[in-house]
Amino acid sequence: MSEGGIKKGVRELSPLDVYMLLPKTNCGKCGEKNCMAFAAKVVNREVPIELCTPLIEEEKYREEYAKLKDLLAPAVKEIVIGTGENTIKVGGKLVMYRHEFTYHNPTPIAIDVTDLMADDDLLKRVKKIEEFAYDYIGRTLKLDMIAIRSVSNDPARFKSTVEKIAKITKLPLILCTFNPEIMKAALESVYERRPLIYAATAENWREMAELSLMYNCPLAVFVPNDLALLKSLVNTLIEYGVEDLLLDPGTFPKNGLSETINNFTMIRRNACKGDDKLLGFPLIGVPMVVWLDKDSPKEVLQWREAYLAAMLMARYADLLIMHSLEGWVLLPNVILRFNLYTDPRKPVSVEPGLRVFGNPDENSPVMFTTNYALTYFTVESDIKSANVDCYLLVIDTEGISVESSVAGRILTAQAVADAIKKSGVEKKVKHRYLIIPGLAARLSGEIEELTGWRVLVGPRDSSGIAVFLKDKWPPKNI
Amino acid sequence: MEEKEKKKKEEGSVIKLGPKLLELLNRLGEIELENVEINAEELEIWIPTPVPSAIPAQPSAPAAEITPKVLAEKKPAEISKIEFKPLTQTYTGKIIEVQLGATRAEGGSRGKVVKIGGEASPSFYLFEEIPPNTPAISADVFDMKISLPKALKMHIKDVMEDPAAWAKLAVEKFGADMVTVHLISTDPLIKNTPPKEAAKTIEEVLQAVNVPIIVGGCGDPKKDAEVFKRVAEVAHGERVMLSSLTLDMAEAGILGEVAEAAREHGHVALAFTAMELNSAKELNRRLYEYLPKNSIVMDLTTAALGYGIEYSFSIHERARLAALSGDEELQHPTSSGSTNAWAAREAWMKLGPEWEPRELRGPLWETITSLVMLLAGVDMFMMMHPAAIHTVKEVINDLLNRGRARPEAIADWITVKT
Repeated sequence: MSEGGIKKGVRELSPLDVYMLLPKTNCGKCGEKNCMAFAAKVVNREVPIELCTPLIEEEKYREEYAKLKDLLAPAVKEIVIGTGENTIKVGGKLVMYRHEFTYHNPTPIAIDVTDLMADDDLLKRVKKIEEFAYDYIGRTLKLDMIAIRSVSNDPARFKSTVEKIAKITKLPLILCTFNPEIMKAALESVYERRPLIYAATAENWREMAELSLMYNCPLAVFVPNDLALLKSLVNTLIEYGVEDLLLDPGTFPKNGLSETINNFTMIRRNACKGDDKLLGFPLIGVPMVVWLDKDSPKEVLQWREAYLAAMLMARYADLLIMHSLEGWVLLPNVILRFNLYTDPRKPVSVEPGLRVFGNPDENSPVMFTTNYALTYFTVESDIKSANVDCYLLVIDTEGISVESSVAGRILTAQAVADAIKKSGVEKKVKHRYLIIPGLAARLSGEIEELTGWRVLVGPRDSSGIAVFLKDKWPPKNI
Repeated sequence: MEEKEKKKKEEGSVIKLGPKLLELLNRLGEIELENVEINAEELEIWIPTPVPSAIPAQPSAPAAEITPKVLAEKKPAEISKIEFKPLTQTYTGKIIEVQLGATRAEGGSRGKVVKIGGEASPSFYLFEEIPPNTPAISADVFDMKISLPKALKMHIKDVMEDPAAWAKLAVEKFGADMVTVHLISTDPLIKNTPPKEAAKTIEEVLQAVNVPIIVGGCGDPKKDAEVFKRVAEVAHGERVMLSSLTLDMAEAGILGEVAEAAREHGHVALAFTAMELNSAKELNRRLYEYLPKNSIVMDLTTAALGYGIEYSFSIHERARLAALSGDEELQHPTSSGSTNAWAAREAWMKLGPEWEPRELRGPLWETITSLVMLLAGVDMFMMMHPAAIHTVKEVINDLLNRGRARPEAIADWITVKT
């Protein structure tokens, strides 16, 4: 698909487009008052179209249902790896750019193990993968999958490694070998876990297609830097009957980084803007290819793997396979993932008002911060980990951080004075000491004048709250 | 042999920074690495105005149904060849090219000039267009000693009180294409350095290096206006970029005189707005009254990875797409303050042994912040850590160096020994 129009994006889809194809009986079986209300929710992706049971059950709506399915289908197919609770959905992208709607299904990160590893090492590595966790604004960021590589080239050995891994972890699996015989040996043991088969190539595709069909497992297609061949192979695999595909157009770490980014971009452009169904499958990026470089020191390869992962995530990778398990390599990537997959339509503020931590009394400290979500959650987590009893006044700064809202004159002494009055904190404490963020220090004088409270300038970063309170609270004359 | 030597040398310089960082880490091993405070003057984190949200939060898309497979009656026996053609688009708009720095022949004294912008396609859509200019990097230099995270300080501690020497180090050792001299000492709340003295600093830096210079203010609109006017005069013809001109200046009624000074002395304005495209357009409209379009670069705000980068990412993508589809008020190249990455506590804070070494985590934070912005369409970067500068330059080079992908090089990645 090259010529032809740009597909009507999901963003332009109006509730009316959906409504016209609904039964229009206002039966309410979906839980909505009428078909129009249901259509609005469907367009917003708040409910699946399948909640309209007459549409699915009644023969006369068959054509409309098919049309709706097509109308609502994501540009990038959603593929399910794993089963039950341990399921990961990959792809399912509705748009090319996150500002057009929202990105769905945050890029899972798979970490590799090999069939040459000793049992002990396997156990340790899997444990480390599972225990990786970072608390970030009220969420725990984690790793998602395990990619098992056949390095021994021995079916029995691979099978036994895969069985061991399956026993010690519930994380979804990727089985990596280009040898169908080895793949078959492993699939026999774990097909019920619905692992991802990595990968079909221009050489082994028939055998891999058979395995994918026989075991009902999704299939990755690996064709490095040849999009015509990749597309042809996808076409052939679909004709063969395989429907759940993921595409790996090849990740080239240095020489070929240009083609890597270009290929990912072309594929996603064709899928999202050209309605090219053959390329409308999730993309696999493999930052761990950096380890093919045998001349560079370890830290350099980790460094390279880290930024390559980030670039791929920003440019349409729906799944990543990595080797580095170092915190400093993975932390920026799990945070970037969280950021890019944040719904751009969601406000980034929290409710303003007075928050109570622990069991404060009339002598407990009173602090303030802004209602920007990131600022608030950071301060909240620091207060909790400092384990102090206190009041925190959350001031409405229209969801802007301390520094910017001071600069933008949204967070002013007047705003602080108003917030104090409104919160009722004056009745809760006997003292009149207000701890203000270090980044709002320049408001000190005015706040004292307007409120009559004494100002204590707190730390510039809320991580310093514990130490600050230890040193400065209570003030001498309280 | 020669080729091999060259490659080895290249690789060597690529590698250098990793172990060097670690070496430094080891040397510092005995010393207690304390967390440092970050000053507003050095690192500014700007947070977006929230996106108005009429639409409620939404759950993920309905799960794909797993339907029983219907096997094709006749399975294909070989790959049926079909062609691939990238979907290309033609755009009505184009980004204006802006030149920073001026040679002797052009009325300045720079040995090198930098051109940014000129794109007629989204960034790195190489199937549509090879960008006419290479994204450039400017290294941050400050006109006084400032507090910095250790990972940054270790590379510049010997030159921290000598902007000219610092600029030289940034160009000669870090490989920066340009230098940004932040005149933070001019802040009335810090040293209140008079414009005359600040301008002298700029003259010294112009003497010390032959690359284009960006002049950073202190953030106080009135003081910046005074300083910029003076600097514009003494740097006549050098085509420095004044960082930055803002709507605050417009509000204070002093935007015109600064922009006028920039025009009169042949400089470039960096138009700064806080992540809001309508403000960016408004500021540009005001600047058009004084400055030719090829003398305006936009700073749409870069928030750090983890601290709002998604807003910066999307606002840059939106700006670039709007510019290409004909919005003339956004057809300017963009600059990213990627040093803002260090405003993220994850860039410098002790988080526990499993997240060490910070000496790598910090510069990686700056690197990734920059690269994400590069892919969103940024044309030039203000950066600080030498390893980050080095990597971003290398990546830009890799991205523009086409035709080097060898499928056989990665064909067998599954069996790689690690």
